[in-house]
Amino acid sequence: MGNETERMVGCYISRSCSIIGTNVFVDGCIDFNQDQFVDFNTFIKSVYKHYGIGFLKFYKMDSLSKLAFLTSEILLMGRSLQQKYRPEDTGIVLINSSSTLETDTRYFHTIEDKSNYFPSPAVFVYTLPNIMVGEIAIRNKIMGENITFVAEKYDPQFLYEYVNLLMSGKIKSCICGWVEFEPNRSFYESFIYLVEKDDITNRNIKFEASFLEKNYHDLKV
Amino acid sequence: MGQLITKLKKEIIEVLNLEDVGPDEIETGAPLFGDGLGLDSIDALELIVLLEKNYGIKIDDPKKGKDVFYSIQTMADYIEKSRL
Amino acid sequence: MVYIAGDNVITSLGFSTAENMWKIREHVCGITRSDDKRISRTPVPVSMVDSDRLEEEFEKIPSEKEYTRLEKLAILSIRDALLGSGVDGSDKRTGIIFSTTKGNIDLLETDLASQYEDHRIHLWSAANEIRKYIGNPNIPIVISNACISGSLAILVGQRLINNGKYDHVIVAGADIMSEFIVSGFQSFQAVSQEPCKPFDKDRSGITIGEGAGTIILTTDPYVGKKNSRITVMGGGTSNDANHISGPSRTGNGLYLAINMALTETGLQVGEIDYISAHGTGTGYNDEMEAKAIAWASLERKPVNSFKGYIGHTLGAAGIIESVYAFESMTGNLLFPSMGFAKLGVSKELNIIKSLDQAPLHHCLKLASGFGGCNSAVIYRKE
Repeated sequence: MGNETERMVGCYISRSCSIIGTNVFVDGCIDFNQDQFVDFNTFIKSVYKHYGIGFLKFYKMDSLSKLAFLTSEILLMGRSLQQKYRPEDTGIVLINSSSTLETDTRYFHTIEDKSNYFPSPAVFVYTLPNIMVGEIAIRNKIMGENITFVAEKYDPQFLYEYVNLLMSGKIKSCICGWVEFEPNRSFYESFIYLVEKDDITNRNIKFEASFLEKNYHDLKV
Repeated sequence: MGQLITKLKKEIIEVLNLEDVGPDEIETGAPLFGDGLGLDSIDALELIVLLEKNYGIKIDDPKKGKDVFYSIQTMADYIEKSRL
Repeated sequence: MVYIAGDNVITSLGFSTAENMWKIREHVCGITRSDDKRISRTPVPVSMVDSDRLEEEFEKIPSEKEYTRLEKLAILSIRDALLGSGVDGSDKRTGIIFSTTKGNIDLLETDLASQYEDHRIHLWSAANEIRKYIGNPNIPIVISNACISGSLAILVGQRLINNGKYDHVIVAGADIMSEFIVSGFQSFQAVSQEPCKPFDKDRSGITIGEGAGTIILTTDPYVGKKNSRITVMGGGTSNDANHISGPSRTGNGLYLAINMALTETGLQVGEIDYISAHGTGTGYNDEMEAKAIAWASLERKPVNSFKGYIGHTLGAAGIIESVYAFESMTGNLLFPSMGFAKLGVSKELNIIKSLDQAPLHHCLKLASGFGGCNSAVIYRKE
């Protein structure tokens, strides 16, 4: 276990973004919210418009990718990773629970009725949970280490350990977090962090499991 | 033909998730796969599905697809031709 | 150092590594033509695990509940891999990683779904059933990263051992045949009407396969039926950052992954003896892969794809094909790339056409997948 501590490198969280319910949090504070509860599709489109994203491919994404992509867009606003890092020096690590079950069901509907059988490639392509990582990579020209884990529950300790492992020599910055879209559409949440080696913001927010844990619980209340 | 063209434009907007694009904004003769609408290879496959689902026309050869889906006009022409 | 203590593969070629390798040596193809309308509306070549034999094999082991096809494949595979590996699957210091693209996707069909709890459709739930059967106390690490899932699982396992988190890791992967998958790739016009022909001039798409593979990783060089001569040296993953389904036209993402692997292991290009390619049989993938291999100055290295024997086993592919690579290295054998006759990529690759022998110390395993992901792993034979 001694090995483990030796290899742990100090990193910092430069920014965080979460989308929970009808709230968008940036660095722990509400940046945008909708008073009335609306369905996910309506809500996520209003977030897209509010932040002036202007990326038409957004509308082709499935719910999970829309959620991950938008959270990442807001996270990186005003920050040009491309100016600071080589494409291979930034990684993406995301964890999810339901994989793409909502999209799987939607795709299944295109093939279940044999008399109306029209498998949709545009839906099928989104039936893999790592596509949300691909969308973020394409948008930001990120070519480094990338991976999608699936877990029953969000484990901040695991996220911290794996990202730290990557930051100790394989990458210099990381977009990481937890993005979940449950098929029952009223539940979704995203917690994405930008982790860098230097304390860019001088706020001394160390990248630690305890911070991730606290941040998760604080925002969900 | 005019009705078919308008119908096609609406169908494409729906099937390809072209939100914020109105039928009048799609030029009938302009290339679909260029900078204009930003369509890609997956959209091309979806257009093949659209043709089969809504018009009963099957395109098995993807190379043929390139000509058929050049523009709304070429799509409409192909549909009309297939109806004869 | 991370050694291979044991392994198993279950595919259309059989239920053990030995059985699979015997069939590969005999140049047996596991791909058959299926007329089953539950898989595809039109007849299509596929690589299926023998269902009757699967039930027979599963009957032989104790079980108190109902397991899905996927779970049965994985349980049988892990059990066999652990046997003689010298690794205790129930030890807290033994991690468990499971790679799959679609898990229990057959449960989307209502009549099957009613036999299981609602949550069994989840990838983590399938993994949990598997780890409970094996008696492992750790939460399974589930990786679902398209077609590189299996290779990634091996890399993650190696990294977690080197990091000190575990002493051993069970790395298992599985994916089953389904109409969901077959129709999906058919909608992409990516399924060949003939058994796939990786890198061949007449290639016309993939052949979908199902199966399971397990590799037991360990820090201990003295355990294992193979006397642990094979090690996982290291590797890397990258993203094309180009398109979610189409591979990069230049091969730059995969080239990057190859470089990451070479840099991490400190190997020179000249030290790679053999490449186990991803080689799916699509026009785009094989061309992209050829470009990446050539860019890395590896085009003279003997290379094959195993997908001509067993199709594309998706989440299990990286693991199954790595086991085949281990066997190649152990026997210093270069197996022919089944389905290949004439070069159909723009780079002069050295595709293995007939069974050959050569000293194999370092093998490079490649994989690429939807979402623009790529992986490159290097194995060494001590």
